[in-house]
Amino acid sequence: MRVALFLTCVNDTLYPDTGRAVVKLLTRLGVDVDFPMAQTCCGQAHYNTGYRHQTEPLARHFSDVFGSDEYDAIVTPSGSCGAMVRELYPRMGERARAEGRGDGLATTLAPVIPKTYELTEFLVDILGVTDVGAYYPHTVTYHPTCHGLRSLGLGDRPTRLLQAVKGLELRELPGAAECCGFGGTFAMKNSDVSSAMGTDKVRNAESTGADTLCAADNSCLMHIGGTMTRLRSGVRPVHIAEILASTEEEPLS
Amino acid sequence: MSGTFVGMPAFPEAAREAVRNTTLRANLRHATHTIRDKRARAVAELDDWASLREAGKQIKDHTLRNLEHYLLQLEESVTAAGGTVHWAGDADEANRIVTDLVKATGESEVVKVKSMATQEIGLNEALEAEGIHAYETDLAELIVQLGKDRPSHILVPAIHRNRGEIRDIFEKEMGSWGRPAPEGLTDTPAELAEAARLHLREKFLRAKVGISGANFMVAETGTLVVVESEGNGRMCLTLPETLISVVGIEKIVPTWRDLEVFLQTLPRSSTAERMNPYTSTWTGTAREDGPSTFHLVLLDNGRTDTLADEVGRQALRCIRCSACLNVCPVYERAGGHAYGSVYPGPIGAILSPQLRGTQSEIDASLPYASSLCGACYEVCPVAIDIPEVLVHLRERVVQGGEVTRHGTKVTLRPAKGHAAERAAMRAAGWAFGRPAALRTGQRLASGTRRIHPRTLPGPGRAWSATRDLPKVPAEPFRDWWRRTNGGQTEKGGKK
Repeated sequence: MRVALFLTCVNDTLYPDTGRAVVKLLTRLGVDVDFPMAQTCCGQAHYNTGYRHQTEPLARHFSDVFGSDEYDAIVTPSGSCGAMVRELYPRMGERARAEGRGDGLATTLAPVIPKTYELTEFLVDILGVTDVGAYYPHTVTYHPTCHGLRSLGLGDRPTRLLQAVKGLELRELPGAAECCGFGGTFAMKNSDVSSAMGTDKVRNAESTGADTLCAADNSCLMHIGGTMTRLRSGVRPVHIAEILASTEEEPLS
Repeated sequence: MSGTFVGMPAFPEAAREAVRNTTLRANLRHATHTIRDKRARAVAELDDWASLREAGKQIKDHTLRNLEHYLLQLEESVTAAGGTVHWAGDADEANRIVTDLVKATGESEVVKVKSMATQEIGLNEALEAEGIHAYETDLAELIVQLGKDRPSHILVPAIHRNRGEIRDIFEKEMGSWGRPAPEGLTDTPAELAEAARLHLREKFLRAKVGISGANFMVAETGTLVVVESEGNGRMCLTLPETLISVVGIEKIVPTWRDLEVFLQTLPRSSTAERMNPYTSTWTGTAREDGPSTFHLVLLDNGRTDTLADEVGRQALRCIRCSACLNVCPVYERAGGHAYGSVYPGPIGAILSPQLRGTQSEIDASLPYASSLCGACYEVCPVAIDIPEVLVHLRERVVQGGEVTRHGTKVTLRPAKGHAAERAAMRAAGWAFGRPAALRTGQRLASGTRRIHPRTLPGPGRAWSATRDLPKVPAEPFRDWWRRTNGGQTEKGGKK
């Protein structure tokens, strides 16, 4: 199976370790991974801030880069960027049509929409694995990020994957389904409320006694992690890909 | 009541104050979490919740598509049942109609059952200006009125107050409005409720004019429906000689049968009850029973303009259950007042900027008062996709475009205050259209990472005042990929 890694601009720029972990994990599971070098950004921040028209060229670019028949699937380690493609690209096509601009955009975006999977979804639904042979001897609590939880409906896929990790003890996060307060530009535009939400999320994570807070979206972890270090919390934010890539031979350092 | 929402600051400023108010935070946290959990249990009891939700959505959509037909049918039914129908295009017109109707009775006092529509139009203030005193009779509304406060929740307008605060308000204020609070009043719920009961009973028995809203209006029979928990509504609806109901035009349903859906979804969503304690229905006037005069004031006030918007119109499905408020993490921390409207929370953030337009500072900021977490959409009993409408309204704010105001299509200019953001989005869009430009930017960031500050100046403080910045890595992923040929030339385990 040949897969295009849609890493996302945030991971590419700030979290290359997550990208390397996805490559390592998928390669270990027998998947042929490619990273199309022309990829940039899905346009989520533009769209959600109200710049739909400026998002359209980014979506078209995404489709140009990832639409090739060469790939069986497009895999992304981000719930919100995955939801952008799967949930909001169709909506952008519909809106363009409603504005009398024809089917052009919808047709251009159509090939990438059903092929795009969030990482844990790809592992469980497409590869059919929950035990990926990982090793991570730590106590972990899992925060289901909003777009993964409510837009993509990831359900218990991430926790099933984590439960199968050797050495890992999973602790339930109180108020897990509640937003961490990142919300893209919300974090800046409403920084007081955003920070209050982030602080509560960190406090809940601390209450579990876990040493690691795991999530499937680094933009949320950037906010939660930035709050944690500011609060001298000591809980470590880790992307789920890095836990699943970790093995006894090559543990996550 | 002195508290109005006129001249409210933008949401972030109002929320900043609320976030630092520890009493408010504790009150809201306790109240919203309690009702949130109860609602989840009440909804989980029904196997057909998803079908009820879909049915509610479809009934509302069908009615809104044929609004003119059903409104005319309603007018005919109400008239035939002995009532009088008035049409009010906006708040001023509605206030004038109601004020004139009260004046014609010769009365200078009215009792009110809690009504969002009359708060929306500022009816109490309009009546006061004509020397007519309006007494709120809903317990929470009474607390708000006595405290010269503003409502902060759709269903429990005094949610921001705790028992001790309520006791103090009763003790201090009841005497100047009517019967004083009993001596030695404590903050136990039973004593507080009894104090309110005694205070209000006097008003119910004296009032000749009642003013209400309605949860539903049934077109086929001209019947109005109020659902409530305290019984004050039934007092207001039955004891006075004249009843004036002010109702938004979107509250209509075609038939009694349609109520079957909403009388299940509304109580479970709002108070987490299987059935609300009091459901009052009335059809025009009845001989020797209840009010002998009935007026229905149908209120538009921006609703048909909202209806003209293909994406935004779904907000008109709202049945004012407030489930979206109770589940909203932003509402829980910012409180209802920050939304600068009688409609707070997620639904308010999409309703107010549509009913009032996006021109004021507060209305232009409301579409951004959300992290788009989607919890509101998940609990909405009529499936309003609030995040979708929020993003749609953000677009209206930053890009402008065609909207309907007062029945006429107008083209809005982009709102002020977004110039820097617009430029940043354009620059990012340009770079993201060119992978080489993105790579140059990434390399620049990586190359200078040792001199990056831990906190940012200027607008960047909005991030770094409370959160550390992520450390920029030595190289972006794409450089690693190219350098190691996708990791193939890298030694195992090395990062």
